[in-house]
Amino acid sequence: MKNIKVLGTGCAKCKQMENTVRAVVASMGIEATVEKVEDIEKIMEYNVMITPVLVIDEKVTIKGRVPTEQEVKALLS
Amino acid sequence: MFDWIQHFADWLIYSIVGIQEGTQLGNAFNFFVYDTIKILFLLLLITFLMGIVNAYFPIDRIRNFLSRNKLYGGEYLMASTFGALTPFCSCSSVPLFIGFVKGGIPLGVTFAFLVTSPLVNEVAVAIFLGMFGLKTTVIYVVSGILLGVVSGFILGKMNLEPLLTEWVRTIQANAERERETFELENLTFFQRLPGIWNEAFGIVKSVFPYVIIGIAIGAAMHGYVPEGFFEKYIGKDTWYAVPLAVILGVPMYANAAGIIPVIQVFVAKGIPIGTSLAFMMAVVGLSIPEATLLKKVMTGKLIAIFFGVVASCIILSGYVFNAIL
Repeated sequence: MKNIKVLGTGCAKCKQMENTVRAVVASMGIEATVEKVEDIEKIMEYNVMITPVLVIDEKVTIKGRVPTEQEVKALLS
Repeated sequence: MFDWIQHFADWLIYSIVGIQEGTQLGNAFNFFVYDTIKILFLLLLITFLMGIVNAYFPIDRIRNFLSRNKLYGGEYLMASTFGALTPFCSCSSVPLFIGFVKGGIPLGVTFAFLVTSPLVNEVAVAIFLGMFGLKTTVIYVVSGILLGVVSGFILGKMNLEPLLTEWVRTIQANAERERETFELENLTFFQRLPGIWNEAFGIVKSVFPYVIIGIAIGAAMHGYVPEGFFEKYIGKDTWYAVPLAVILGVPMYANAAGIIPVIQVFVAKGIPIGTSLAFMMAVVGLSIPEATLLKKVMTGKLIAIFFGVVASCIILSGYVFNAIL
């Protein structure tokens, strides 16, 4: 069971990342929770300065850009 | 460089669509086609180039550099320049602000970054280049960076730390210089290119509707508003024009993409360039949504001081432009 978080305050890129991640999770059929974190104080706990951020099992993987589906797939497998 | 686009626009409007050359309708359509193609081309080019630059200057590195090195005043210029180079997304301004504070970077330097970041960005630069040419674009970029330096410096001297919200002050009290070392993503240049291209394409796609609307309004005005129309009302000698433009501009939140083509027509029809630049900077650089986001980290009083100082600097620069250009 993977725990995936998308950190972002709601800009276009953040929504794109969330959609990409949800699509990949659905297509891979893996068990995972996808959570969107919008609270800035919580986001700052990850010590990032640029959104969106992809966090997998509490580890920061991609920040500041929208990943491709392949990238997300590689990170999840 | 853009002759081929003009030929194409002439051919399309006058030969294919069959609107007669020299008519107001023809002028407006020709202007629209020409500008749209030119801007699209420049947008893709500039966002792509900026994407490459950004892949090599990640924000973490910039923060660590500013946090580690004592630059004897040069840090304002560095922060402001970095602000111009990094892509701006209004929702990143708060995380950036906190990140800088966490790294022990002085508040004034952080403000320098925060001012330039929205003001000088790749979309604005590309459209500016298309609408006003190289010289005005360089002036805009340089003055935007200087504006960040000056307002950051003034704000830095005002001892505003007590006006940050409480959780930010806690972070600031625990700030450390040089935090974790930054891991660079291990990709070669050619491995990165597709990602950078996708991102550039995404940015262009998201702003393009605004560009079209802006150019359409501009084109309509271009065809129908007579030359020198505004000059009668707002000339260089109207002393209150600049502050008025700025006061009108601050609450407006137009995408830079939409506002620049309209401003270009204002300039073409007789509003002085300094007044127009000041208006444009106020619209792009300061906005109500930005203030709302900043409420998380600053008290209302600090936001008011921040906006006040930046707006004053913009007004000043407007007068300077009107005097020298």
